[in-house]
Order: sequence, then structure tokens, then C-alpha cells
Amino acid sequence: MGYVAVKGGDDAIAHARVLVEFYRLREQTPPITIQQMRTQMRLAVDKVMGEGGLYAPEYAAIALKQSEGEVFEAAFILRAFITTLQRRYYSEAIDTREMFVRRKISASFREIPGGQVLGPTRDYTQRLLDTALTEETEETIGRFLAELEGHIDPQQLAAVTTYDKVIDLLRREGLLKPVENEEDTTLKDITREAIKFPAPRSARLQMMARAETGGLMALGYSSLRGFGNTHPTVCELRYGTVPVRVKDPSGRIRYIGKIEVTEAEMITSTTCTSKKKVLPFYTIGYGLCFGQNDTKAICMGILDRAMRSPDGRSPATDQEFVLYHTEGIEAMGFVNHLKLPHYVTFQASLSNVRAALRRAGAASLETVSETV
Amino acid sequence: MIENTKFQHRYNFAFIDESTKKEIRRKLLKAVAIPGYQCPYSSPEMPIARGWGTGGLHVTLAIIGREDIFKIIDQGSDASVNACNLRDFVQAMTGCRTTFDTTEATLIQTRHRITEEALTAEQVFVFQVPQPEPLRSVERYEYRTRQMHGEADYAKMWVSLYESFVRHGDILLGAGYPVRINGRYIMAPSPIPRWDIPNLHQAETLYLFGAGREKRLYAVPPHTTVEPLEFEDVRFHIEDFNGQVCNQTGYRKAFLDEIYSDDGSKQFVVNDSNFLDKLRAGEPIAPFVNAYIQQIES
Repeated sequence: MGYVAVKGGDDAIAHARVLVEFYRLREQTPPITIQQMRTQMRLAVDKVMGEGGLYAPEYAAIALKQSEGEVFEAAFILRAFITTLQRRYYSEAIDTREMFVRRKISASFREIPGGQVLGPTRDYTQRLLDTALTEETEETIGRFLAELEGHIDPQQLAAVTTYDKVIDLLRREGLLKPVENEEDTTLKDITREAIKFPAPRSARLQMMARAETGGLMALGYSSLRGFGNTHPTVCELRYGTVPVRVKDPSGRIRYIGKIEVTEAEMITSTTCTSKKKVLPFYTIGYGLCFGQNDTKAICMGILDRAMRSPDGRSPATDQEFVLYHTEGIEAMGFVNHLKLPHYVTFQASLSNVRAALRRAGAASLETVSETV
Repeated sequence: MIENTKFQHRYNFAFIDESTKKEIRRKLLKAVAIPGYQCPYSSPEMPIARGWGTGGLHVTLAIIGREDIFKIIDQGSDASVNACNLRDFVQAMTGCRTTFDTTEATLIQTRHRITEEALTAEQVFVFQVPQPEPLRSVERYEYRTRQMHGEADYAKMWVSLYESFVRHGDILLGAGYPVRINGRYIMAPSPIPRWDIPNLHQAETLYLFGAGREKRLYAVPPHTTVEPLEFEDVRFHIEDFNGQVCNQTGYRKAFLDEIYSDDGSKQFVVNDSNFLDKLRAGEPIAPFVNAYIQQIES
């Protein structure tokens, strides 16, 4: 093997692999089971599936365990796994009106069909560090579950049904802006072809569905705070399970299972148009992601709306800015590639900079000698 | 009987599924047919991070066959950690033989260097590309740069070169010096040093470029004209090592690394690790010959 300035090679890599595994295991604590990851790290699993772009809770849990809880890394592992799978079907469009609702709220109306259902949320908890969790045992868990079961009236469970959406009310009343021909409705598959700009809405929504929650949040927030003019209202936010169907080769629609999704419909009134005689309709910004992730779905809704009214000033309205830079796995990879050796690249610029400095130095010496 | 295959995943030859490989090969054909044109492609996710050579891997894995002998270098070195990792991956997914010997390899993947030894018509050379868009420094929006390429509107680029000359007395572009391919497209040659740029011109070898994160493929087919951007009175030039020689071999007609010792002293050594090994072993070498290298006195 040749002489190299940055000598590393196979041995170093192999040792680093062993060492990182050692760091995961060195305290010799009992191994976390995949089942435990899946259930007790539910929201992390949801995030990994969403950003990884693969609905597979078990695989997501394995990836999380493998990456010591690093969500970016786990999502990345899932994405890489997808490449090895053939894409055999496209699902039929899911209909969230069929959702088995676990959570459903609207900020724009006091009462909505079926009522406001808070469901499992930490929104109204006080974020006090719960030190009692250090004492949690299987027994305390059992006691909690038994107590909860005691409160449930089996009679009421039968009443669970599906609900119309809030936008249906608005649509019936003619308050929503009708879909116009100006919107590009081409259906793209961003996993099969590179995104081109201006991107159709289908591609924008797909990109955001796989985007990183924090990235979407930063840009969505910027749009609310002042770098944009959106201040939407949550028309409806729902979380629950929806059936997925595919068309088999004979053309029959087949049910293949159900997935958990969070859906946000953000409502904004059309604002700041210079044209006269524009009716003040409402428009919807749409967000949908795997699992339970309110923040992601809401920010997706904000950005979907914002990108449809580019103003040339706000990053959140700029398709290229939003979509390229919220893609967490690409961003993480590229930012971290800076750790790779760049000595050839650097050498190439060194020779230029040295020559430029020499020229400048010679020039300044001349000016000095002239003044003397 | 229904077999339970869950958790028993096996990988396809060269990792990527066959239909996606076919797609990549088709896009490569298009790229070869339109030299220098950036062809968008699917860019499937790899188990290697974005920005760490995924584009090069896509090309390599899409075209590699079982008989290929694979070589990979990073910054000119076979032993660089990322090159080792990628070599390991390609080897594990294909079972192909790997080599450090430039002349023995049939398929060479590289990051930021062309080998010092001349490449032949029997070899394919694959570049990892971080930023395929040569116009990105003058135009940040993708939809506008595509338009500029479409119309061959490169005025902004020329102006930026001119401005660099006015401000600093030279075109201060280092690695990844922009080139014009076949008199048409301006192309980013990936961040290879200027030293390597002349070796793209009228070459024997097929050069393929993969930019995974940006999802673009492009190519310089053999015997294609590749001209670095220059003015009649401000010419392109390669790196100047001020007459320094390799401290191991005394060789001076190769790209040199600058090495700092513990005592702060500076030495130079040939960058291409395989080339250096051959020089030291006194093995026969067949380096690239071009007008720029010939000017250096041996």
C-alpha cells in the first residue's frame, strides 16, 4: 500500500466500526428489544419512517437501535434499504375520510362533526421532568393499564365511526378557492426521477413528506414570524389509521393493510393581491406524514401554501430553497462530507492564493518604494 | 408453502435493483450522446451518505460486470478511508476483483483526481461529483442554470472569470476548473486539480460523472474536445510547484502533495499513491502526456 499523507485505510475503518459498537455496549446494560423500541420509542419510530420514506415500524425500530437513537442516521439506513426493493405497485390514493381517528382537532371552529378529539397528545401537559420514571417497573405498568381498563365502558367503544372533514363544510359553502388550471397537477414520483423546477405540487408534497421535521419547522416558522405572509389556521389536524389499497394486475382493488398518518389542513385567506376585484377566498395548505408528527404535518401545510405564492423575498415561498434544504438525509450527508480529506482540492487553491499574494505583495512593495 | 422471508433480506448483484440499474444505464447513454449535458436521473438512496460518493457508486454499480477489475481512489490515494469503505462495499456487493494497479483495472472510480498513468480505451473512469453545476457560483437557481445551458448563455460565467482577473490578476479557480465540452456545454469536471484538466481532452477513455445528491449524470466520451475556459491573453495554467520534486523519488512531472513534518518543515511527495509505489519500485510507468506537463523540466 502506498504512502499517503492521510493514512487510514482498511484497518482504521475496521477498528472504528468495532469501537462504535463497543461504545453502544460497553456498560453491559440489558439489550433493548425491538419490541420495546417500537412501543416505547413510538414517536422516534414514526419520525424515522417518515424521513426514511418507508412505512415499516419494525425496521425503523431496528434502525434506531442500530444508530443508538440517532434519528437522522436511522432514517438514512431505511432509505438505503428501500433501494434494494423493487417498486411493484403504486397505491390508490388514500382517503382520510376513512380514517380510524385517534386524534382530530380544528382551531378554526369551536365544534366540528364528531367533536374535538384530543387523543394522545402532550400539548396540554406541563413539561415537568418526571423523575418517577426511574422507578417504573413492569408491575407499575401493569397497574396503570388495569386501572385504565377499569375506566372504559365497552358500550361506548362501538360508537367509533368515521368523520367528514372540516374542509367539506367549507367546500359546501363555496368558501374554498376552486382548483384552477394554473396549478400543475402532473403526478411525479420523486423516488424514480430527479425533481425539476418549477416542481408540480405532487413532487413538492412528496419531497416534504420525506423531509426532515426540524428543517420544515425552521422554514415554516420563518414564514409565520415575518419572512412571509402566511398566518394560517389549523382547519383540521387528524391522526389515525387509514386503509391502503393497490390495484392488482387484473384491475381489482385490493386492501393490503393500514398505516398511521397525521394529516394537516391549514387554512389561509388569499391575501395581498394587487389585482382588483379578487374575491377573498380561502385556500388550503396540505400536509401528510407517516405516524404521529403534528409539527411536521402542520409545517408542511404552511410551506405548501407559502410555495404557491412566491414573493421573491421569503425563503419559505421559494421552492428550490425549501425543497433542497429540508431534505435531511442529503443535507446531513453533504455537511458531513466536509470531514473527508480535501488536500488535493486545497492544494489546487493554495497555488492560486500564494501567487495572488505574491503579486499583491510585489505591488504593495512598489507603492511603498514609490512613496519613499 | 408460503416462505417467511422477513428479516432474511438478500442483496441483488451490485446492490441496486435491476430496473433502476437499467434506468441509470439509459441515462448514461443519453449523457454520452450529449457530451457535457447534465442528465437528471433517479439517484436511488445508497448505504453510503450523500456527498460521500453516491453518484460515482450509482455509475459504478450500474455498469460493473462480474469480470471487471475495480480500482477506487480518493484524492489520488487507494488507501484513503472513504475509498477503502467504498471498495469494500463494491467488492461485497459484486464479488469483483479489486486492485490498486491503475493499468490492471478495467473500471476506476475516483474522487477529485485523474490517475497520473494514462488511461486506455479498455478502461472506464468514473468521477464522484459534489456539485455538477458549473454555473452555480454565478446563478443559485437550478431552473435558471438549466435555461442558461439550454441557450448556451454563458455570459455570466465569462464575466466572473474576467472579474477574477481584474481583482486578483488571474483566474483564481482552483479545483474543478470549468471546461467547455465539444464546443457546446460548459461542464464542471468535478473538483480535480487543474493539473488533470488537460487529460480530459481527446482522451482514449470514457469518462463518466455521477452527482448523486444533485441527481445528475454526465459524460465526456473518448476523443472529445475539452477546453478549459480561458481568454486569448489570460491563459489557463496548471498548478505550479515552483520546481519542487518528490522527496521520495525525485520525480517532478506529477501532482505533488505538500506534507508538513512535526518540526514544521515542508516536503513534497507524489500524490497518486499507485504511481508513487511504481516509481519507488522502479516499475515501468506510462504517464499522461500533455502540453502543460511537457513544459515542466524534468
